[in-house]
Amino acid sequence: MKGSLAIIWAIGRKDLLLEIRNKDVVVAVAGFALLVVVIFTFATDLNQANAKLVGPGVLWAGIAFAGVTGLNRAFALEVEGNTLEALMLAPISRDLIYLGKALGNFLFITVAQIIVIPVFAVLFNLVVFRWEMLAISLLTTLGFSAVGTLFAAMSVRVRAREVMLPLLFLPVVTPLLMAAVESTSHMVNGRSWSDMSQWLQLAVAFDVAFIVVSAFIFQHILED
Amino acid sequence: MVSQATQLAVKAEAIVKNYGETAVLRGLELSLPVGEVTVLLGTNGAGKTTLLRILAMLTSIDSGNVSIYGTDLSRNGPDVRALTGSVLHSPMLYADMTIRENLMFFAEMYRLQNVDDLIAQTTEKVGIEQRIDDRVRTLSHGFQKRVALARALMHDPQLLLLDEPESGLDTRSVSRLDQIIDDYRSAGRTVVMTTHIVEHALEIADRAVVLNNGLVGLNSANPSGDRAEILAAYSPDTESSGSAHQ
Repeated sequence: MKGSLAIIWAIGRKDLLLEIRNKDVVVAVAGFALLVVVIFTFATDLNQANAKLVGPGVLWAGIAFAGVTGLNRAFALEVEGNTLEALMLAPISRDLIYLGKALGNFLFITVAQIIVIPVFAVLFNLVVFRWEMLAISLLTTLGFSAVGTLFAAMSVRVRAREVMLPLLFLPVVTPLLMAAVESTSHMVNGRSWSDMSQWLQLAVAFDVAFIVVSAFIFQHILED
Repeated sequence: MVSQATQLAVKAEAIVKNYGETAVLRGLELSLPVGEVTVLLGTNGAGKTTLLRILAMLTSIDSGNVSIYGTDLSRNGPDVRALTGSVLHSPMLYADMTIRENLMFFAEMYRLQNVDDLIAQTTEKVGIEQRIDDRVRTLSHGFQKRVALARALMHDPQLLLLDEPESGLDTRSVSRLDQIIDDYRSAGRTVVMTTHIVEHALEIADRAVVLNNGLVGLNSANPSGDRAEILAAYSPDTESSGSAHQ
């Protein structure tokens, strides 16, 4: 168990090191999401009621669409250098490769959210620095990373991967997006944990199911 | 567990591999003893690279059986991969990491101990120690190939798989590679390599296997003595249909 965690962490840490040097993924994800948020501040009359009404949807739509860009890039790097094959040569089970790559994607999207959410809070004038927001963000990012890593691996060898990934990814993460939007909406309207608990439970169930299923499917995707 | 008593490093039985409509391996049978250097020869599309990729467990077979050191490839995947070290066409390195960072990362993937010492020994063996803190992106293709060789050697595999390892290497590096292969043979390890430099291959190999249209056309345990037959079987005039997958 300890050895497996070390492998997963090593892969995630390696992705983080490459990202610190290249800044491909975080810049793309944060830039795209910020653009969506900024555009919507101009497109709508942002009084307090409107901000609470549309804000959560804008935030998570921005992060979801931007996340696709980052997920595409994160796996493309492994394929362009054939380094995915180098990982496959190693005497480790392939679900560890999946979990390591998912950890990397989780870290990238989390960093992008650390940039985007404060800007969103200022532009929409909403109080989001609460424990509820941390829980929603972590659960949603976990699900995004779990599903996104799987579909990024599936679409990476496809010629039209930039089109294929959002087509596969977005419909599947719709329940998770709904949970994120609804929970955030409850939070900005000052409701309690218990009001959003059913949506958080949905997010937890989604994450657990997709991490397990994706880790299983991933090893078959890598077969030539 | 892998049986140490077995005398065969590689045993391939009736391997079939198709890429779509194209048959690359058509029931290939091959047994390679432990401790030999085997060179796989054949024209483009004969199935050499596909066979190496199957042995490296990067490509699955459609039917047949393959075992390495007595262990079936379809079971104990990680155990079998620990026995092999591979240098394929592409160096398969992270371009924005240094040589040291690449080797340290793969050492973690192979769960190796005493990593600093291992890296020092291996980089010296392949002659890359002076640029160990340079990023891979700044290295020539030949140098990257040597880094890939260092990665393949680091865990001291029983079976070394080399796909045209001399490509991109200068004369001095080829001599160093020959020395590494010779040391491997002396240590009782097994090497399987492909090459298009036939004359050189016949000098260093214990066994030459000529693949022709996805089958073993000739299997010689005396490459120097059977030179004429090997050259006749290795006919560059007949390009095979599966070349797209080589």
